[in-house]
Amino acid sequence: MNRYKYLFTSTKGLILTAISLIAIVTAIFNTLSGPMVEWGIRDITVKLLGMDLNPEERAGRIIMLYHTIAMAVVAIEVYMMTSIIPMRKHEQRNINMLVTIGYMTAMVFGLGFAYWGHNFTFHGLFLVGQSLVFFAGVMLAVALNPWKKEYYVTDKDFAHFKSGMDMERMAFFVMVVAMLISAGFGAVTGSFWSNGHETFLAEDLIRNPHKTHLQKSIIGHLHIMLTLIAVAITLVVGRWLKFKGIFHKIAMPFMIVGTIVIAGGVWSVVWTHMAHTFIYIGSVGVMLAAFMLVIFSWKKLIHDNSIELGYENPNIFQKLKALLSDPIKFGPTWQMVFMNFTVSGIGIFMAIKLEKIFRVWPAREERITLTGHWHILAALIATIIIMYYVDIVGLKGKVRKWFGWILIIGSDFAFASMTIFSMKKLFIPQDVAQQKLVNTTMLLTDFGLGAILVSLAIFLGWKLFDLFQADGLWKKEAEHAELDVERTSDPVLNIKRDNEFNTEGGEK
Amino acid sequence: MRKLIFLFIVAFAFASCSEEVIVNPEIKEVDTGVNPDEWVKVPAGEFFYNMHAHVDTIANDYEIMITDVTNKQYAKFMNEAVAKGVIKIDGDSIKGHHDGDKFDGYLHEWEIPAGEYLLMPFGEPGSHIKLVDGKFVVDKGFDNHPVVMVTWFGAKAYADFYGYRLPFEKEWAKAARGTDKRAYPWGDEIDGSYTNYGSSRNAIQKLLGGNIARTTPVGYFNGNKYEDFQTKDNRSPYGLYDMAGNVWQWVGDDYPDVHYRYMRGGSFTNYEYNLFVWARNSAGPDFYSINIGFRCARDVKEEAAPVVNDTTAVSDTIVIEIEEKINE
Repeated sequence: MNRYKYLFTSTKGLILTAISLIAIVTAIFNTLSGPMVEWGIRDITVKLLGMDLNPEERAGRIIMLYHTIAMAVVAIEVYMMTSIIPMRKHEQRNINMLVTIGYMTAMVFGLGFAYWGHNFTFHGLFLVGQSLVFFAGVMLAVALNPWKKEYYVTDKDFAHFKSGMDMERMAFFVMVVAMLISAGFGAVTGSFWSNGHETFLAEDLIRNPHKTHLQKSIIGHLHIMLTLIAVAITLVVGRWLKFKGIFHKIAMPFMIVGTIVIAGGVWSVVWTHMAHTFIYIGSVGVMLAAFMLVIFSWKKLIHDNSIELGYENPNIFQKLKALLSDPIKFGPTWQMVFMNFTVSGIGIFMAIKLEKIFRVWPAREERITLTGHWHILAALIATIIIMYYVDIVGLKGKVRKWFGWILIIGSDFAFASMTIFSMKKLFIPQDVAQQKLVNTTMLLTDFGLGAILVSLAIFLGWKLFDLFQADGLWKKEAEHAELDVERTSDPVLNIKRDNEFNTEGGEK
Repeated sequence: MRKLIFLFIVAFAFASCSEEVIVNPEIKEVDTGVNPDEWVKVPAGEFFYNMHAHVDTIANDYEIMITDVTNKQYAKFMNEAVAKGVIKIDGDSIKGHHDGDKFDGYLHEWEIPAGEYLLMPFGEPGSHIKLVDGKFVVDKGFDNHPVVMVTWFGAKAYADFYGYRLPFEKEWAKAARGTDKRAYPWGDEIDGSYTNYGSSRNAIQKLLGGNIARTTPVGYFNGNKYEDFQTKDNRSPYGLYDMAGNVWQWVGDDYPDVHYRYMRGGSFTNYEYNLFVWARNSAGPDFYSINIGFRCARDVKEEAAPVVNDTTAVSDTIVIEIEEKINE
């Protein structure tokens, strides 16, 4: 297999390609805002790349940038899903191909339109790219059809219906269908662009008492898409960490019902003020499912690592050591727990104290908290994806530990600092006294994010170096195309037809 | 080693979060040569409103202050108004009467009935007006800085006292933007020599002697050179200074279904996107902060002050712009 095939057709290579493209886009466009402006770096980027940054079009540019990154993240999740969920090889191949062409087209032409003049052919191709990603999603939903008997669970330790239907597959299916419908809320509104709908950033409308249906539709769209991306990565992580048994059986019904209720709630925001009630109920379901995964995985990590470390009857400290001995596997679920302090917890606190605290502050302060919490959720999801990828490529030993802890500590310091910064008025009501807190939180944020980005750059640099080796690790990754997981069902066993499914790399 | 790094970070975080209040009561006095008592006339007519640049119209000519209201002006107002019994000192604050807002009972709307409301706290860190021997005085060096820590009620009380009013959002926007589609009052570019905002504070702190971000004198960015700091002229097409940066400015609108009052212009704490002529902020009318001030408007009288800028060219521009829009 050559490098091209590895990068553009194998699951591991496709994930690497998408992570690298996101890293490049982030590295470039990160220089256009925040302190980079003060340091004059934005001017260098703009001049060097010949960008056209019309202030009036800032909101539109940001929206397109978010979309291009989101498409690539969705693609990564799709690659992971098509590998870890049993399906036919041709389905996997077609879905991966379509989503790859889709996100790349959306990324290249979306950014081209937004930042380098306004060639409307580029805008059209941006839409084509997104449409391809959408159709890949439709194909994924068809491939995930949980009613197909060959995909019924083969191990009763996995959550299943009485008939044997795989509940985890159903959870994936529900998530994908919800995402397709939710994408429609954005697409339909987008089709009214310049025809009754105008570009806006949701955070600029927070205090408008009257929003149009189209504006509400977009606000719902952006919230539910990120939520569903989080649901998807939770399910993927569950498979990676061999989620099964009683906790799996408790979690999956919660995940299925939670996803349906939360999505329905968000869609209903267009028509009713009651939407938040549904969203809270749905969130509880999804969060309980994630909580089950956390309990399961921590118990498993303690058990497995205690054996590895030679503890027969580990005491509390030895258990803790066992839990923390592999940061790459501990990290994803820890980030889910941490997410409650910086995202869900903040969201609930804001909702409860909206009138008494947040709506007393100036809108620009409330805006920082709002944009902060969803940026943090997006970034936490990114760290989880990176951790899984690091495990996929088999990073071992001290490098694995250092990389894992830098990711965890760096991101948690950064996001905790951002959370404190965004709510600074809560801790220090006097504006004039906030400067030290602002300086400290900003410094810690930069320190944390800097550590992550440098580590990621080194990691990707190593992968790039490896690609130039004739007999590099990439070759082994290409040969073992599928992600190594314990699948919930074995279609080969169910219908006795081999070589048709994506099961060769996984444990049976 | 790892423990040491961890301890260092924790110690650093705790040490940095101490609640030390820097009041910075005295700074260098700077004469900008700009007269804060000056007004300009903005003519009635069409202009491009907000981010999407919709053509909007203002029916009547109006006048607006070329700078924000200064500490000196506000202290004078408080001394005069207290003497006349229009406003009153209540503990550590100044209060005044507000007739109340029309309450629509809409979701999240607060009822604001008639009553006595906070105009400005004094003696709070960040405020540069103090009560000394029964008189309001301004901290040294801050006379010609924009008044801050003033609530919307406080801004309105000042305007009412002198027979002015707060500009409506549309009036503010036209005064800031003129009749073309610029993003900032002076054009489409921004850097630290145009105005006092989040990305320019270091240079300004050095000049004024302050060690935290704060206001600059009104009209400071007028093309003058202060020591080795060369400013650019940040006047809007009608000749208003500081319509972007320095302090947010309360505007007069009381919209239905909300209790909020709105602010325009961005401040010294904000990044540039908050300084766009269409950027908006809001808070309750009793909110005050170190980065919120105001300026006043008034209806045109026959003996109105002379217009600072010739607007003929601007009027020509809008005709062309509107024609282009229609053609599109």
